Amino acid sequence: MAPTSGADPPAPPTDVRAEDSDDDAGHSITVRWSRSPDDGGGARTVTTYTVLRAESAAGPWEEVGEVPAGTTDYVDRARVEGGQVAHEVTNGTPYYYAVRASGPDGGRQAVADAPAIASAQWYHKGKTPILTVLLVFSALVLYFVRKARKHPEGIYVRPIAGMDAVDEAVGRATEMGRPILYVLGLGTAATISTIASYAILARVAKKVAQYQSRLIIPNYDPIVMAVAQETVRQAYTDAGRPDLYDEKDIFFVTHAQFAYVAAVNGIMLREKTATNFYLGKFYAESLILAETGNIAGSIQIAGTDEASQLPFFVTACDYTLIGEELYAASAYLAREPLLLGALKAQDVLKGLAMAWLLVGALLTSFGVNLLRRWISVQM
Amino acid sequence: MKWEIPLVIVFVTGVILALSDFVPHQSIQDVREFFMSWLQIIGVLAVGLGLVSLTQVNLVKVRRKTPGWIYSVITLFGLVIMLVTGFVWDYREPSNPFQFLFQYALLPIYATMFSLLAFYIASAAFRAFKARNALATTILVTAVIVMLGQVPVGAKLAPLKSWIMEVPNMAGFRAILLGIGLGGVAMALKIVFGIERAYMGRD
Repeated sequence: MAPTSGADPPAPPTDVRAEDSDDDAGHSITVRWSRSPDDGGGARTVTTYTVLRAESAAGPWEEVGEVPAGTTDYVDRARVEGGQVAHEVTNGTPYYYAVRASGPDGGRQAVADAPAIASAQWYHKGKTPILTVLLVFSALVLYFVRKARKHPEGIYVRPIAGMDAVDEAVGRATEMGRPILYVLGLGTAATISTIASYAILARVAKKVAQYQSRLIIPNYDPIVMAVAQETVRQAYTDAGRPDLYDEKDIFFVTHAQFAYVAAVNGIMLREKTATNFYLGKFYAESLILAETGNIAGSIQIAGTDEASQLPFFVTACDYTLIGEELYAASAYLAREPLLLGALKAQDVLKGLAMAWLLVGALLTSFGVNLLRRWISVQM
Repeated sequence: MKWEIPLVIVFVTGVILALSDFVPHQSIQDVREFFMSWLQIIGVLAVGLGLVSLTQVNLVKVRRKTPGWIYSVITLFGLVIMLVTGFVWDYREPSNPFQFLFQYALLPIYATMFSLLAFYIASAAFRAFKARNALATTILVTAVIVMLGQVPVGAKLAPLKSWIMEVPNMAGFRAILLGIGLGGVAMALKIVFGIERAYMGRD
């Protein structure tokens, strides 16, 4: 129903209160109120609520924000516009707030009983579920790492076909006298899948050095290139063949996605690489790379945590590490108790997560939202 | 010490950055900003590193006349011409030689590469949808239902397509995402605790 025009301004909102906003670095106050009797009921004349602020109860009042009818809260926070502080909320300063319900015939305001003081918090309460899971996970990792040190034979890791094929793939390239291509993807050196890929690269490079084959690594990011050079150099040294290391085979190409694809495809076709590894972060270029390698007849091993690219790799590559297998591959290749222990902890937490999901889904279906509430995160 | 110092740096920065996610107080956020600004500084320095690598590798190819050396000449020519035009003319202005090269040479080439994806999807789909066994046939049938359900001629299949996408497909997708999420956290913890060191070239 449209608001009707009356002679009197709408009734003010009730129960206005202001308090420091939760879980932030301060500089923010949340103002809440109950709707005016004329908002959604009564004369239905409320069109907006205007939030006003003063540094003393007597005023002067300044307008700090406006929200449409039906709203019952407003967050007054510091604003920066064009590099200048346009609106400040100083930590430690008491601010008085009022809320005015306005309509076509003016407005009436109600003042909060007490002032509010913005302050910074030392703990983000809304992220308690994340912190709990992180602490449980850390404890599990440490427990299983310790256990794995004592009984390394007790940890079973299911076979990962793609990693079992590494020896075969490197051996095939050596027999054919052709190089091996290793693509680290489009991630930066801080991307978790790129770091996982380094761990696999170190072990692949060691095998390449032992087989005295050649490894080519074209890079999308200069920092990724620098780390890859160091990783491969150390792997060659560990394998006792530092003389085979050639820094020029690990080079920067470009930071443009499709120019990078064009360059890598060119390398595949010109160098006739026998084996291609695509391990790391990939986007739309995944299929262009993998299809070119497929057409060229190379053995291809891929792995990414970018779920939307997995179908492309599965279709065009011989072996694909699906999501978490990329992270597990290093432990699988190294068979080191410490890494295997962390892998076991990961599986236990996954089991706990599945049990939580199952019980949570059942309880929620019967109207009990306990587990769902516990796990809800407020950013 | 060659290995211990980087591991200590990784542990300290890892713990501080993880902590900064749970502590909104400005003092911790300032430390986070400090580390992030280092990331940017290293990123800028890395541009020079990349430039040196690109030039060196391609110059060697041209000098040795390795197969495909002519592409290296084109790469070096492109690098020089973009650098020169970028320095001489203001890249923010809408019409100058730098913008001309960017708009009418570089962008169409990118678009061409991206367009290749359509043909590669067709050739990959042709291989994936061969009904070789029961599983491959299931994929084929599902794909046909989903594709037809997207277009007006298969409107009657739309509810079945929606069910496939929202129930079995979503369940599988979320299972993969759950594994990726936990795997990512495990990987981060392994790096922070110094359990995973292969990225430093060490077992």
